[in-house]
Amino acid sequence: MNKRIYSLAGVAVLAASLALTGCGARTDAGTGGGSATKVAKIGVIAPMSGGLSAMGLGMKNSVDLAIKQANASNAIPGWKLELAAEDDQATPDVGKNAATKLASDDQVVGVVGTLNSSVAQVVTPVLAAANIVQVSPANTNPTLTKGADPATPKRPYANYFRTCTTDAVQGPFAAQYLLGAGIKKVATIHDKKAYGQGLVEAFTTAFKAGGGEVVAAETINPDDSDFSAVISKVKAAGPAAVYYGGEYPQAGPLSKQMKAAGLKVPLMGGDGIYDGKFIELGGTDGDLATSVGAPVETLDSAKAFVAAYNAGGYAEGYSAYGAYAYDAANAIIASLKTSLASAADAKSARSATVTDMAKVSFEGATGKVGFDEWGDSVSRVLTVYKVDGGKWVAEKTGELK
Amino acid sequence: MVELFFQQLINGLSLGALYALIAVGYTVVYGIVQLINFAHGEIFMIGAFGAFVTWMLLGRPTDWSVATSLLVLLPLMIIGGMVASVATAVATERFAYRPLRNAPRLAPLISAIGVSVFLQEFVRLFFGTIPFVGRIPGWPDAKSAVPFPSIPGISGQTIQLGGVLIQMPAIFTLGALAVSTVFLWYFVNRTKTGRAMVATSQDPDTARLMGINVDRVIVAAFAVGAALAAVAGVAHGLRYGNIDFRMGFLAGLKAFTAAVLGGIGNINGAVVGGLVLGLAEAMATTFIPGQFGSSAWKDVWAFVLLILVLVFRPQGLLGAKVVDRA
Repeated sequence: MNKRIYSLAGVAVLAASLALTGCGARTDAGTGGGSATKVAKIGVIAPMSGGLSAMGLGMKNSVDLAIKQANASNAIPGWKLELAAEDDQATPDVGKNAATKLASDDQVVGVVGTLNSSVAQVVTPVLAAANIVQVSPANTNPTLTKGADPATPKRPYANYFRTCTTDAVQGPFAAQYLLGAGIKKVATIHDKKAYGQGLVEAFTTAFKAGGGEVVAAETINPDDSDFSAVISKVKAAGPAAVYYGGEYPQAGPLSKQMKAAGLKVPLMGGDGIYDGKFIELGGTDGDLATSVGAPVETLDSAKAFVAAYNAGGYAEGYSAYGAYAYDAANAIIASLKTSLASAADAKSARSATVTDMAKVSFEGATGKVGFDEWGDSVSRVLTVYKVDGGKWVAEKTGELK
Repeated sequence: MVELFFQQLINGLSLGALYALIAVGYTVVYGIVQLINFAHGEIFMIGAFGAFVTWMLLGRPTDWSVATSLLVLLPLMIIGGMVASVATAVATERFAYRPLRNAPRLAPLISAIGVSVFLQEFVRLFFGTIPFVGRIPGWPDAKSAVPFPSIPGISGQTIQLGGVLIQMPAIFTLGALAVSTVFLWYFVNRTKTGRAMVATSQDPDTARLMGINVDRVIVAAFAVGAALAAVAGVAHGLRYGNIDFRMGFLAGLKAFTAAVLGGIGNINGAVVGGLVLGLAEAMATTFIPGQFGSSAWKDVWAFVLLILVLVFRPQGLLGAKVVDRA
């Protein structure tokens, strides 16, 4: 008896979720009140708890800022934009649930996110099935736009765009910087996640091509806290720097343990370690990071964003991706201006929003915002940052040739 | 190469000492109630947070002299950690395990997993918060890693022996394990409660007939394991400089492995198992040649070792000769 109730309940839940995610004919959005303001939602999928929450909350707040500004200036006449933020805990499973929830909400027309490339790999297919445009301010894994095989690039999902550059640009940029600084021997360590591994592979190829030598290639577990065995092995190989593919929750302690174990060489990483938390957790002076774009504080176009963000009274800083999330939200809003204008309800504007995305082009907080035929950002500007006096300081900004 | 060997020996032993301190808690509880207390990793985490809270309550001292830090601050933090972890362990036993004492073996196991999730989320959501009031100003929240205070004289200090660099926190961990092992030996073999524990683990019903208060003995077993886990929590904080709400999961899993490796139920076995597991991880990182030898494979080799030991000695390295409960 019990068994039957459970299976019945299971079938009911399954049916309900299918109805919600599929192309059902529910039209409760935009109740047809004529001139009444209709609501369209922009979702955010990012880690808002856990180790990476500093970055995720910065993204959420920046999108919130973009939405508030658009509503204040009545950017899309007849429509009011709302924020729908979902926590993905930097975990693919949780992210998939968040995407399913947003896709089932007929008022959602676009999503900003995710932070992690590994989460995007499961979130994008869900949103693609519902024709919802996704703009990531932070995914740097090249496969998301060009497919698994770099030799024959094929765009997997037409609804996916990003405002940041990729590891295919970031890793080589770091390699060029180290070679330029006279460092010819490095060790690489990554955390086996999509982001870290991709970064290290791109770095290694470019570093070897530039005449450098990778003296040790190691990995760590993202859950580990003891890196002493790896560090001792790397130290014996005598590198002049360690290139780390991963994020700050491991990179900070790793740098600290390196220095404590007598491996006093700089740790260099990608945008995943470019956060104040890296220094708090053990990053030391001399450590390096590349991050996408020019330093937000120095760009004229970004000053307005920083001023508005600070005036917005958000509890958390905008972090590494705030300005990119702001641009991503504004790109969606720019596309919505045309797609929503003639739409009866938010849901019917979804596919037009995806196609109009390709035409978006404007000067955003991080510079020129626009997308190429893959959905990648047209901007290829990067900056090397260095920890100096307990703070990240911009070291060198440039464009990868 | 010789230097690297000794360096990895030190790395492995000190990591193993951390596993061993936690593993004792699994083994003591299993020996008496045949329960795999999967919440023990979280008891370790709460010990670390207890020590951190003690430091906060002492006014976050950072400029105490080396002598005061070592003789006053560190002992106070360890005691604070022990109070937190022992209280949690005893409460867990009372509310999550005792009501299930006579239930089928799987019920307390699932209860233990539930407690583990509960404790993690409790720390994540409520650390630094007063219920119904809100955040305590100036306290960090535990949603991401919390920097552990550095203790002058230990944190960041190293000793150079030839080409081998030994870090003071590693010495602290090894020393703590040595002191704890001696204390445990004395407790089990020379005190009344300890001997009651041995009697209860051999035959709870007869022990009860002999006038032993079995409930109290079980509480004592949880308390002893929790106290050592708190020491391990402080050692973890000193070694890595950070604590977070998830730190108990992997450490607990490894410590449980160590307890099985050494022979679950046997206290000396837990210590040996912890050290062997730590050594296996460190040595596998360096001394297995070829593509299977990098750090990516260290856990694989550690578990290969575990399986080999269990194939040829199902009772573990120092386990009881006859396995009558599985």
